[in-house]
Amino acid sequence: MSENLPALRDDDVEVELILRQVLQDVLGLNADDVAEFTEETGLFGHLPELDSMAVAGLLTEVEDRLDILIEDDEVDGDMLETFGGLLSFVIAKREEG
Amino acid sequence: MQLQSWQAPGGSEELAIGFGPGNAARLLVLPAWFDESNKLRHFTIQAMRALEKRGLASVMPDLPGCNESLASLEHQDLAGWRSCVADAATQLGCTHVLAIRAGANIAPALPGFAFAPLAGKSALRALLRARSISAKEAGREEKSADLLQLGKAEGLDLAGYRLGAYMIAQLADAELPATAPLTEIKQAELGGPALWLRMEPDHDQQQAETLAALIAADIAP
Repeated sequence: MSENLPALRDDDVEVELILRQVLQDVLGLNADDVAEFTEETGLFGHLPELDSMAVAGLLTEVEDRLDILIEDDEVDGDMLETFGGLLSFVIAKREEG
Repeated sequence: MQLQSWQAPGGSEELAIGFGPGNAARLLVLPAWFDESNKLRHFTIQAMRALEKRGLASVMPDLPGCNESLASLEHQDLAGWRSCVADAATQLGCTHVLAIRAGANIAPALPGFAFAPLAGKSALRALLRARSISAKEAGREEKSADLLQLGKAEGLDLAGYRLGAYMIAQLADAELPATAPLTEIKQAELGGPALWLRMEPDHDQQQAETLAALIAADIAP
């Protein structure tokens, strides 16, 4: 975890686990591969197969599993570009709710 | 495997794919919808084969407007699908239901199971979001809220599916029943990845076998 992520809480650990699990399902990877994802690991725009339907499915699944609502105008390049970006967004969203 | 036909309330003839002898319990299988139906079709058929091995018959009707159906999807709506499914259950002699994902929104009044149920409103939300994201990539702005209003008035193309105005309006409000008459089977119980999320359709035979085993353990064949 780098300094620009919020302080680690139990809930954050669970959020990260769930996010890795959903990415694992979407990308068809095994748990070890996804465990190696770092904050800098590229997502949308870096993985050609991760198209708009896959991203929409991913976000909807994250909403369902974490009981949050993600608005259209929150879905942007920064949030989807890296694993760290998506994780920070989801953690912040969870803290709001 | 048997192909059967059944008559939808509008008069169209629709197909159903069936497995098993069908002398005791017979499950009506309601498939996942739209893009998820493609991703889960192999899994669903293999689960039906696995049920047959355990002595349970099952039959999966084409919803009007889907799969081999000649009816236009644009003219279908939730209320219509519900009455079709209730008719299919009677015509095909079903005693139980197995609803996959959004299929749970149209389950008839039979005992049975909902696998990883998805509310209609969530299914619609994902489709609207996909369209909004792909528009953004193409440099256009299409907000989900605006798309929803347009869809309720005129219908909408979503992920390659042309949905009519009634369907969109009904999906927008479709919640899963709070006290489900169906027993929920969660993805985690199958011990593998959620196949509907996979970018490229994939299959996991073990998950199909596990789903069938959970159902067979609950219904005495």
